[in-house]
Amino acid sequence: MAKKQVKRKATEFIEKKKVKDIDIKSTEEDEGLQEDLLQNISNEDNDSSDDEGAAKAYQSDDSDELEFESDEEGNYTSKWDANVPSENSDDDDEEASGEEEEINESDIEDISGEEEADDNDDDDDDEDGISDEEPISSKESNIKVSSNNKEIKKTKRAEKNKPNDLNTAKKALEAQNAKTNESLNNLKNELNDKEQIAAAPANKAEYEDSDTSDEEDIRNTVGNIPMHWYDEYKHIGYDWDAKKIIKPPKGDQIDDFLRKIEDPDFWRSVKDPQTGQEVVLTDADIELIKRINSSRVPNPEHNEYEPWIEWFTSEVERMPIKNVPDHKRSFLPSSSERKKVSRMVHALKMGWMKTMDEVEREKKAARGPKFYMLWETDTSREQMRRIHDPVSAPKRDLPGHAESYNPPPEYLFDEKEQREWLKLKDEPYKRKLHFMPQKYKSLREVPAYPRYIRERFMRCLDLYLCPRARRTKLNIDAEYLIPKLPSPRDLQPFPTVESLVYRGHTDLVRTVSVEPKGEYIVSGSDDKTVKIWEIATGRCIRTIETDDVVRCVAWCPNAKLSVIAVATGNRLLLINPKVGDKLIVKKTDDLLAETPQVDTMESERIKTAVQWSVAEKEEQEKGVRIVITHFKPIQQVTWHGRGDYVATVMPEGANRSALIHQLSKRRSQIPFSKSKGLIQCVLFHPIKPCLFVATQHNVRIYDLVKQELIKKLLTNSKWISGMSIHPKGDNLLVSTYDKKMLWFDLDLSTKPYQTLRLHKNAVRSVAFHLRYPLFASASDDLSVIVSHGMVYNDLLQNPLIVPVKKLQTHEAREEFGILDVVWHPIQPWVFSSGADATIRLYT
Amino acid sequence: MRRLKKYQTGEAAQYITRRAALRKLQLSLNDFRRLCIIKGVYPREPKHRRRAQKGSSDIKILYHAKDIRFLLHEPIVWTLRDYKIFAKKTGRDRAIKDFRNLKRRLALFPELRIDHIVKERYPTFIDAIKDLDDCLTLLFLFSTFPSLRLIPREQSALCRRLTLEFLHYIISSKSIRKVFISIKGFYFQADIKGQMVTWIMPHHYPFKPHSKAEVDFKVMSIFVEFYTIMLGFVNYRLYHSAGYTYPPEIHYEKQADLEDNYKDELSYVSDRIAALNSDLDSKTNEPEEEIEDIDLDLIEQGQNSNRLITLKKKTQELKRLRTLFKGLKFYINREVPREPLVILIRSFGGKVSWDSTVFTGATYAETDESITHQIVDRPILSDKYISRDYIQPQWVFDCVNQRTLIPTNKYFIGATLPPHLSPFVDSKRESYIPPEESGTGNESFYNKDGSKSDENILDAQPEEIRTLDDQQLQVAYMEEKLEIEGDGYVQSEDEINPENDEVAPKELQKRDQEKLSMSVKVGKVHKENKRLNRKNELDEHRLQARMVKPRHRNLFRKLIREKQDKEKEKWLLKKKRRIIDGQNKDN
Repeated sequence: MAKKQVKRKATEFIEKKKVKDIDIKSTEEDEGLQEDLLQNISNEDNDSSDDEGAAKAYQSDDSDELEFESDEEGNYTSKWDANVPSENSDDDDEEASGEEEEINESDIEDISGEEEADDNDDDDDDEDGISDEEPISSKESNIKVSSNNKEIKKTKRAEKNKPNDLNTAKKALEAQNAKTNESLNNLKNELNDKEQIAAAPANKAEYEDSDTSDEEDIRNTVGNIPMHWYDEYKHIGYDWDAKKIIKPPKGDQIDDFLRKIEDPDFWRSVKDPQTGQEVVLTDADIELIKRINSSRVPNPEHNEYEPWIEWFTSEVERMPIKNVPDHKRSFLPSSSERKKVSRMVHALKMGWMKTMDEVEREKKAARGPKFYMLWETDTSREQMRRIHDPVSAPKRDLPGHAESYNPPPEYLFDEKEQREWLKLKDEPYKRKLHFMPQKYKSLREVPAYPRYIRERFMRCLDLYLCPRARRTKLNIDAEYLIPKLPSPRDLQPFPTVESLVYRGHTDLVRTVSVEPKGEYIVSGSDDKTVKIWEIATGRCIRTIETDDVVRCVAWCPNAKLSVIAVATGNRLLLINPKVGDKLIVKKTDDLLAETPQVDTMESERIKTAVQWSVAEKEEQEKGVRIVITHFKPIQQVTWHGRGDYVATVMPEGANRSALIHQLSKRRSQIPFSKSKGLIQCVLFHPIKPCLFVATQHNVRIYDLVKQELIKKLLTNSKWISGMSIHPKGDNLLVSTYDKKMLWFDLDLSTKPYQTLRLHKNAVRSVAFHLRYPLFASASDDLSVIVSHGMVYNDLLQNPLIVPVKKLQTHEAREEFGILDVVWHPIQPWVFSSGADATIRLYT
Repeated sequence: MRRLKKYQTGEAAQYITRRAALRKLQLSLNDFRRLCIIKGVYPREPKHRRRAQKGSSDIKILYHAKDIRFLLHEPIVWTLRDYKIFAKKTGRDRAIKDFRNLKRRLALFPELRIDHIVKERYPTFIDAIKDLDDCLTLLFLFSTFPSLRLIPREQSALCRRLTLEFLHYIISSKSIRKVFISIKGFYFQADIKGQMVTWIMPHHYPFKPHSKAEVDFKVMSIFVEFYTIMLGFVNYRLYHSAGYTYPPEIHYEKQADLEDNYKDELSYVSDRIAALNSDLDSKTNEPEEEIEDIDLDLIEQGQNSNRLITLKKKTQELKRLRTLFKGLKFYINREVPREPLVILIRSFGGKVSWDSTVFTGATYAETDESITHQIVDRPILSDKYISRDYIQPQWVFDCVNQRTLIPTNKYFIGATLPPHLSPFVDSKRESYIPPEESGTGNESFYNKDGSKSDENILDAQPEEIRTLDDQQLQVAYMEEKLEIEGDGYVQSEDEINPENDEVAPKELQKRDQEKLSMSVKVGKVHKENKRLNRKNELDEHRLQARMVKPRHRNLFRKLIREKQDKEKEKWLLKKKRRIIDGQNKDN
């Protein structure tokens, strides 16, 4: 492709050249016959004449410039005059001036010749192929001129070199001048000849200067347009007479082929894009193309290795060109400089000034910080204003085994840990390690820690941005916070193991009560039965069926009576269990059988609330002796210590929810005219005539004799579930549904002395042991917790409370756990009844 | 009397928000940050944040009002303002192309003098040493940095210089106590004037470009600005107290061709100093070790209380550590990080050299026959000498941590190394102790014979002393062991005797005798169910734990949770170890 392009360019180029030649001819001959054009092109002899013409054109250029330059000549000569005269003697003035003129002229010519050469170079570009041969001829002439000039110059130099002795010099000069004059005259003549020659074609050559390529081709007047516009037409443009230039007939491929065979010049025929004519290339053209193709200089006559002409000598001249003697100050030392230097030397001596080296060193030394002894001793402290209350930043944690480059294998993360570590990407503080432990086989393999800079940066941020405060760090063991209590071993006896299970109920056993002598227990269950068990054997002695769910059973604490109060539905049954001493059973039966005389009239309020009645026959057989029917379901029943009074609680009874029944008189009382809340349970004081009434939030203590409120205990709890009073009567234990037990010291305050959070779930009931310093609590978390609750006679000593044993053997049944807990009256045994329909004995 | 309004007294008046502080000081946030970093002013956590913030509940950065008032009188505030003026003026000169003025101005760049702040922040020298941890760690990091836009070449060069000086002191004072190779770098702990100073030397080429959001090098650079000054003064005092000249000078033979060229000489010296392999010039002969001997004497005179014994032991251990590598000649291969090892070996009396093409300061070549240990970290080495031990670098670190020369057989070329344990973990803690750690003490003890024979060849004198020490220690150790065992034995007797041996059989026998008075049966030993016992105790403890006072309950729970976490971790590690050991056995 590249070659083809080059070829095409070459052909174009040649054609252009041809066209130009033709132009020149036409201008020369003033004959514009177009028919002859082709002939002209084919005629090779014209070339030489062409060159001549071109050369002449250049000559004309020269002449122009000569004229132009002559303006400057005056200046130049004047300059020359200024310099030269000192050399020449006054006598030679005239001659010299004449000579000078001539010399100048030649000089100028020389210069112009040089310029011409330059111009030639420039013109090469403009005139393309035409000028190819020109430079040589012009150069040749130049060389001639320059050689003449050289001679002149040499002579001039010789003149300059000559010393001033006038006598000898005069003659020599004259002779020389004559010589130079001769040579100059010759030169002038030559030049004039040349000028004359050049003058003739000067007029024609005016067009040559113009670079406009538009005028190059003048046969086709369409101008510089893409010729393919005429592809569709028969003609290819218009000639000067505005006639169409018809395209030559274009044969088909066969014609071409035939021509190819027949025409020996076919290979060198080219189509002229301007005229559409076939042009046969000359041998010179082909030679040119070949040379261009082989990237040689297109002109075959061009000598690339012409001898070097030294225009300016490289030799150092030994003698000065000018004859002016050196000024004095050029060889005498300057006094001002001497003064300066001496001043500097003095300054250096005195140390005011420093050498460059010293200055550099000092600068270097001054640049860095300077250190000195800031602290005189290790610990002495200078009084200085400091920041207020300085808090030093805590040090970073020291690394553990996991951070080692080669940790023990167990410190490396397994897959699960790794996953977890990666998962906490957004909350890195939750990670157990801030880095992933790595193990490397050798130190060589350990890379730089990628987050090292970041860590250092975070530390920097901590140091200046993290708020600081003094905090006393508790460095204590958790054990230290546990109050120092005596060991449970020292507080024995207390129940430790489950020893008996009383099975037989089919539903949750709500309540259990022990016979005062400690041989039997009675239990009431949701299966509507009351069962009496023998403690020692676990045998169920008697089962008493009732009409309703048994809410509460209570064995009369008086050992001389054998009565159980059973709260079932609305009715309170007083049952003679017929166990134990027969005498007592008999006596009790007798006592309950006789109806005492009712002296006082009962008020309407009581009458509507309670009805006493003797049990029916069927029930009599079961053991029920007296039935006290209430107007609302009974929640709880409790005996007074002597066994004559029994109190019942009906939470729904509004202001009649608490009742006290007197067995001996078969009489009921309503102690409160107003209700102070939903009453949960009531309790008689073991010694004093006092009644404890627990509402949901508080416990009120009433004096039954004076009929007034003694105290209100604030429990600060949501819902009270039960109460138990210490047998000495000074301490009250309250259990609540919100997991707490409250120990009230009644002598101290209305607020709990201690709040025990032993259970994890609602505490259902609590009970003090009558003899031992023990109390137990039952909770829905299936555990009975036995605690040591020692109350000292010494009033100054606070009660000692130590949880000693957790008994957890009941089974879970729905959300209920253990519902009731009761102590054996004599032994340190505890009974618990649970939702799993069992009663358990722990000893 | 004027009545005070709300928030004019008390905590609200004590604290000042950052914004208010900026307004008060008339500084930009950047300048304020710089001031705070250099002056060591930090935000405070008030007791009642809401009150301190004048009622607003969002978290603000609060400074102590006194601190801010203190900053108000700081001279460097003016320097910071001068910077601003400087920037403005030079900017103007540059804009109008007044280069003569610009040059003059550039020469008058206001310099930040912070010497007085070092003194003010650390009124005693000990205070400064206490706060050296962060300083050293940051400077060691910066000394490896290339020149960055925000960190000029001079700063990192200064860091390098100061850290090298510090290391020289550490070497000459032999104050390194613990070392550890972590994945982050080399941890060193040194005892300087009774203060434990810990720093990290990062692994090679720690610099990594970070985005500005991740790491702001400007902030770190300000810290470094202060820390360099601080460490310079600390170095100065340390050098002088140890009797060296500061800046450090080393004894070297002046070469004829170097003498005329001052620069070459300087670079020669600085290179030698950087090599850490030559002793510093000292002003006096140091009488340091005598002091400790005196201490020992004092202890011997005093009563033999427990504390004194431990103290004595410690000093003995220290003495041993100081001469740990005495008489040994090390050669460090080119692939091993040179600096940390040179510090260790030289500070404990060893001689060390390396390939002279790696770094200047090599004192002998690899071909030296008297080399006893060559530290190698490559799987194979072609040319070996029989006369020396080839060890991996971990050996040196483990030796220092255990204060003895460990037998080298586990650290040979290409051997799988035993785990490298952290010396910073307190072995008295209750958490997990890896079997290597519990085993190491004894192991090193029993295997010492092997290493001894090696050492005896080298030089006899220090070895004798060491063996003596060892013997003393051994005796002490055995005594201790006996004591512990005795205690344990007594305790177990206490536990067992009353319940098992005495009560149970006798009672049984009695009962038997009552039942069958005629025949005597051999009583069965009642065995206590240990699990049950344990469970009972646990229950008991749990119950008692429920008696914690309400005000302590949260704390108690936290403590318990921490303890449980620890225990869980311990259990987990134990389990993992068991599994791994099992797998190893199978293989």
